[in-house]
Formats: sequence, C-alpha cells, structure tokens
Amino acid sequence: MNIHEYQAKELFDKFNVPSPKGTVANTPEEARAAAEAITSGQIVVKAQVHAGGRGKGTFKNGFQGGVHLVKTADEAAEIAEKMIGQTLVTHQTGEEGKLVSKVLIAEAVDIEKEYYLAILMDRDSRSPVIVISTEGGVNIEDVAENTPELIHNEAVHPLAGLQPYEVRKLCKKLGFAGDQAKQFAKLLKSLFNLFLECDCSMVEINPLVTTPDGQVLALDAKFDFDDNALYRQPEIAAMHDPTEEDPREVEAAKFGLNYIGLDGNIACLVNGAGLAMSTMDIIKHYGGDPANFLDVGGGATQEQVANAFKIILSDPNVKGILVNIFGGIMDCDVIAKGIVAACGEVDMNIPLIIRLEGNNVAAGRETLKTSGIDLITGDDLADAAEKVVKAIAA
Amino acid sequence: MAILVDENTKVLIQGITGSFGGRHAQLSLDYGTQVVAGVTPGKGGQKFSDVVPIYDTVDEAVSETGATVSAIFVPPPFAADAILEAVDAGVDLAIAITEGIPVIDMMRVRSAMEGSKTRLIGPNCPGVVTPGTGENSHGGCRIGIAPGYIHKRGKVGVVSRSGTLTYEAVWQLSALGLGQSTCVGIGGDPINGTSHIDVLKMFNDDPETEAIIMIGEIGGTAEEEAAEWAADNCNKPIAGFIAGATAPPGRRMGHAGAIISGGKGTAEAKKGAMKEAGIVVAETPAEMGSALVEAMG
Repeated sequence: MNIHEYQAKELFDKFNVPSPKGTVANTPEEARAAAEAITSGQIVVKAQVHAGGRGKGTFKNGFQGGVHLVKTADEAAEIAEKMIGQTLVTHQTGEEGKLVSKVLIAEAVDIEKEYYLAILMDRDSRSPVIVISTEGGVNIEDVAENTPELIHNEAVHPLAGLQPYEVRKLCKKLGFAGDQAKQFAKLLKSLFNLFLECDCSMVEINPLVTTPDGQVLALDAKFDFDDNALYRQPEIAAMHDPTEEDPREVEAAKFGLNYIGLDGNIACLVNGAGLAMSTMDIIKHYGGDPANFLDVGGGATQEQVANAFKIILSDPNVKGILVNIFGGIMDCDVIAKGIVAACGEVDMNIPLIIRLEGNNVAAGRETLKTSGIDLITGDDLADAAEKVVKAIAA
Repeated sequence: MAILVDENTKVLIQGITGSFGGRHAQLSLDYGTQVVAGVTPGKGGQKFSDVVPIYDTVDEAVSETGATVSAIFVPPPFAADAILEAVDAGVDLAIAITEGIPVIDMMRVRSAMEGSKTRLIGPNCPGVVTPGTGENSHGGCRIGIAPGYIHKRGKVGVVSRSGTLTYEAVWQLSALGLGQSTCVGIGGDPINGTSHIDVLKMFNDDPETEAIIMIGEIGGTAEEEAAEWAADNCNKPIAGFIAGATAPPGRRMGHAGAIISGGKGTAEAKKGAMKEAGIVVAETPAEMGSALVEAMG
C-alpha cells in the first residue's frame, strides 16, 4: 500500500523525522492560509497524486506542471486553484491521468547537497536493510548500475535492532561530521523507528538534503507498507486512497478476490496464485494475451465466482474467458454449480471456456454440460488454453 | 524412506479447533495420518473428533504424545508466537500453513530460531505429503491442506512454492503413473523456513527418490541458487517449471513473495539458470509431468 506525500509528511512529523514545514490543502483558501504560515523563503505547491514525474506533468486543462515554486500566499492560492479538481498526466499515470483533490503547501528549502536514504525489508538477508548513497536526487537504479561503489547497504539484525555503531558507520560513509553527523544520526534513528512501528516494507528518501544553514532534512519520501500487517496498523490503513487504484482491483478486494488488470483480451478466473500465474503464461504460450490475473482463492463460493465474472466483464477489452479450477479438496460439482449459477447472474455474451479438474470432476462436467449455458469445456489445461485463443480469433 | 515425514510420523496441530485447522485435521485423519494431538490455548482436556486429545500448550502435547511435527493453522496475528512455541517444545519440524504473516514477524522468527533443532516449512504453504500405499494413497502422512487422494506412492520428489500449481503437477505425475516420494510446499512468502535448495539436498540424499520436480515462481533468487547447487551436486534428474512469465514487474501476484522488483526475480532469469544447470524446464504448466519423463530419459 502506498500513501500520499502529505501523509508521509504527517508521519515524519509524528516520528520527529526532520522535513520542511508543510500543510495539506483541499481548497485554494486553505492553500492561502497554509502559505501564510510559511514565513521564510519561497513556497512550493505540489499536486498530491501517487505518481512520479509530477513536476514535468501536464494538467488536462492545459496547465503545465504539478509542482510550482511561488513567493506569496496569493500566488499559492492561484496555483492551487488551477490544480485542485483537475487531472494531472505524468509519464507514470498513463493517458487517463490522475485527479488532484489536494495540494501540499510546503516551505521551499535551499539545497547544499543531495543524498539518498532508504530502508527496506530485504528477503535475501532476511532483515531490514538501510541503503545510503552520496548520490541523491537522481534515479538510484542508475547509480547502482553505473557507480555501485557509491551505494552502501547495512543489514540491521531483526532482533537486536539498529545499533549506534551502524549509525556511526553510515554517517562516515556519507561524509557527515560534527553537528550534521548528530542531526543525521537522530534522523536515521527516528526513521528506523517509524519504519518498524508502522510496518513499512519500504521508506525511500530521495533526496535527503543538507541546507546552506547546516540542516539535514528529508525532502521527499516514498512509502510502501506491508499489506499483511495492516490489521495492526489502523491509522496507516485509513490513509489508503482507493481513488488511486484500479477500481476493479478495489471491487475485487471487497469480495476477497485477488485481481490485477492487464492489457490483454483473454480474462482468466483461477483458484490459487501459482496456478493463476501459470494460466496467464499458457494463454500467452498459445498466442493469446491475458487480460488479468485473478485468484479466487482455495475455497471460492458461488457469490465470489459471480462477482469475479462481473469484474472480468467490466473490462471492455475482454473477448473471451478461461476458467481454470483445480478442485483439490472442493467438490468439482459444487464449483460447477457455482459457475452455472454465476452465469445466470451476469450477461455472458463472449466465449467461455472451462477447464475443471479434481475431486468429483465427472459430476462437475455433467453439471456444466447439462446446464444449457453456452460454454466450451477443455479436456486439460493445454486444450483449454488453445480453445480460448481460437475462440476469440474466430 | 521419503523425506521429512512418513506413515509413522506423529503430528500435532496448532489451531485444531479453528474451522480451517479442524477441517484439515479431519482430512488428515481420514487419510490415515497419525494426528496425535491438537493445541488450542484454553481448550485443554477436550477432544477433537472424539479421538484426538487437545492440550493448552505445545509443550504438554509433545511430552504427552511424543509428537515430532507440528502443523500450524493459527491466524496471522498469533502465528509468529505459535511457530516459536513449537520451536520451544523441540519439535523436529514445524509446518506453518498460515497465510498473511507480517514480514517483520517472520524475520524475527527466523532469527530467533537460529541454532534450534527445529526445521520450519512455510509459512503460506500447502504443507507436506508423503503418500501412503493404500487406495488413493491412503495410509500416508498428509500435513497441511493438499488433497491426499491425488497422490500415489513412488519415486518422484516434488518441491514447490505454490499450492494448486503443486496439485496440478502431482495430478499430472500420478496420471502418468509416476508416484511421489514426498511433496513439499515451501510456501509463497518472501521469508520462509525452508528453501528449494534445502529440499533438493534432502531429495538427493533420499534413496527412495529417483527424480525431482522443482516448481518455482517469480520473485527472489531461490530457484537460481537451487539450480546452481544442483548443477554441481545433484545426481538425480530434475524437471522444473516457473510460473509468472507474463506477470508485470512491480506487482505482487497473489503470493506476497511473487514480485519482480528492480528487474530481479523474473521467470526468464530463473528458467535460464535452470536450463544452464541441466534441468528440463516445462514451457507450460500442462507439461510439468512430461518434462519429468524427459528428464528421466
């Protein structure tokens, strides 16, 4: 789960991670008030969407740029007026863009030098890892590619936690000394605390900056949270903004379905994540293009299957459906009856190919056959994949 | 022989009174597995299905019944505690079926387990099956949630990160007349107790296992490491399959560990490493069984 920049700022403030002063605004009036509270230097107005490339983005109303530097509160209100309620298109949003409903009004700081700081859950070392670089403000993947010696990783023991020697080591690697070393140490400890307390899977500060007057500040932040831990993070879960996601994925989640929309035209409905991925793969193997990943889970009910069909059919690109169910414990006849009932609830007017295997499969196939529903059965996985690719080509 | 568990293995089930744990405890009993104890704090003294004694703690269950393996079905908020309780009680093997355990919890569990005698399999896994020799493989050891009847006792070792995809592979093998020595689901989470390489080593040392099928998916580098090890050390034929060739980067495909991040963990890289190691890679999930036949020559 991701959050907005203004929400990241709220977390920084809560956990004492120093960052430039800023307030979120829902209206131009709020933007003006927020800007008036900033007494020193310039003010930056930033459109709040979950996408990179905001600065170079364009609003659909023609207004250029999702990040603007202004001098007065009036100007801040004027810019906010042009952003709020408008759709911003960046290289990450796709053509449809993203609706901006809030802006962040923040103090613009002078930058002396930019650094990189991130903490992430690392599967290889099975521990949280702190990543630092003296090369901040640029794409870290490029730094890793071209000058890997400028990136340092520090794995933190999951039980012992962050130790003072690790902080000293990282301070040294970044070249901080004196008061800046103290500031960085405090920032890092606070950030690490935030990372664990909030069950983050990643926090990336790019850039971390020093200012001409000697401050060390987190200038921008990207958060990702461990979805498995949201049950114990009600405050974080409340930051979830469903308007930032594919509405089909949001709808699917309501019914305990795991759906990911793709660009193809053959929808699939499968039980189990591994089999669902494999079903996409075999569609591609036979020359088709999968429209989605959809795992209905191990114990899918009739209601879930019906809702799964509705979500699949809401994608206008879908020209055919492949249902692949391996009924291990579940009775295939129960699954077949569920599919038949679900078909009755939706307007199915595209080819439907069903491959059913497992427990009591003969009865399940008979149920499908005698249902009167216009469907094609696949003898096995390969046969079903071939048939769905052929059916939509016809 | 088989690996990890056999028909004599005494199993206890943590979370036996939950609907999920109870359902699968019953299926294991029906399969002929020796489910000797259940553990649910506060329900000690009761019986599951009129035959299996329930204890308040794993410690009591182990000392009273001699169970050596624990299957963990408790919900995510209590799963880390349940695994460590099994470790504390000194079981040889803890198999965590639970899906959705926070990553940091598993990192801490793995760290706390270091130096203990307990092996962890999972979490987020279908479990372990050593098929029996009876009708529909009855009489074997089924721990977890796999359908027992699809198995057939034999010589192929199966290791996989996924549930239904494993059933698919086992189904294909059994249909080809190829039985299994043991089927191990290592789970779909990024931090797990036992990796592909650990299981390959066990199969390599198991006299009953004559060939191995290794099923992986996108995310991480466990398959590459296992393939590299196998190239130099495994003296048994291996077939493999990797799910997720069409998965978009940066998206979690159902399993918490199935994600391509920073260009790492692609199906292509895994298949390449496996082929380089002499593993016969099935191009589609429909060909897992036939790939093994090819590998066996």
